[in-house]
Amino acid sequence: MKKLYSLLSGLIFGLGLGLSGMMSPEKVKGFLDITRNWDPSLGLVMGGALLVTFVSFPLVLKKKAPVCENSFQLPTKKDLDLQVIIGPVFFGIGWGLIGLCPGPAIANLATGATGVIVFFIVMTIAMFLTDLTRNKLLN
Amino acid sequence: MTIVNFTPLESLSGGLLIGLASTIFLLTTGRIAGISGILKGIFTSKTNDDRLVRFLFILGLVAGGFIYNLTSSNPINAHAITEINPKLIFGAIFVGIGTALGNGCTSGHGICGLSRKSKRSIVATILFMLAGFITVYFAN
Repeated sequence: MKKLYSLLSGLIFGLGLGLSGMMSPEKVKGFLDITRNWDPSLGLVMGGALLVTFVSFPLVLKKKAPVCENSFQLPTKKDLDLQVIIGPVFFGIGWGLIGLCPGPAIANLATGATGVIVFFIVMTIAMFLTDLTRNKLLN
Repeated sequence: MTIVNFTPLESLSGGLLIGLASTIFLLTTGRIAGISGILKGIFTSKTNDDRLVRFLFILGLVAGGFIYNLTSSNPINAHAITEINPKLIFGAIFVGIGTALGNGCTSGHGICGLSRKSKRSIVATILFMLAGFITVYFAN
């Protein structure tokens, strides 16, 4: 069942990305172009999602365990560090340049567009190498 | 500033679906629907069971994008908007390094993290938004 739920969650997430306009790099860049021709739509994507999760997450996390596992797998880091400052700044620069963040980049793979496939592969390799290097340096 | 191409109904409905998906994922599998973390975990996770759960979410995500484009009167034309050039590679490297280093992207920090009222996610979300605004201001 866990596997089916996971597939279903991904599917609904992908439909949401498509319907919301978040899959379109032009629309994302339109949202980020706040000083000129601004498309505020993506504020409502985040707003809509948060409307649900602000209520649902605290309720779900009150449970002792999720439906299909013995425990929740939540992030363990609580404190601010240099990585959580520099990382998002880097991410924001790449996001602004192309208009793709990881979710829409993956949902867009189905279009078969070469640009998206190349973006996805390079992004994944960069992610993996960053993680590998960090773990080597910290251990 | 002028308001252009505003699609409030579609964007709000899409956002509600994303919130619903994140809720189902947390309630059933106990995991945070942060896309960069799910993707990274396919390669770094210690158990095959966990790898499969993550892979299936990603597969569902691709299927969702596919079904949307198939059924929508307004499909995403990704062919027209992304040509392969140094900017694309540069952007992809920055998104990859940034989300790995910051342990999250728009979904993990911007939606799930904010809903958990995580201090790290609040800081991360403000920073990637600001960096995005500034980049578009100078790059366009």
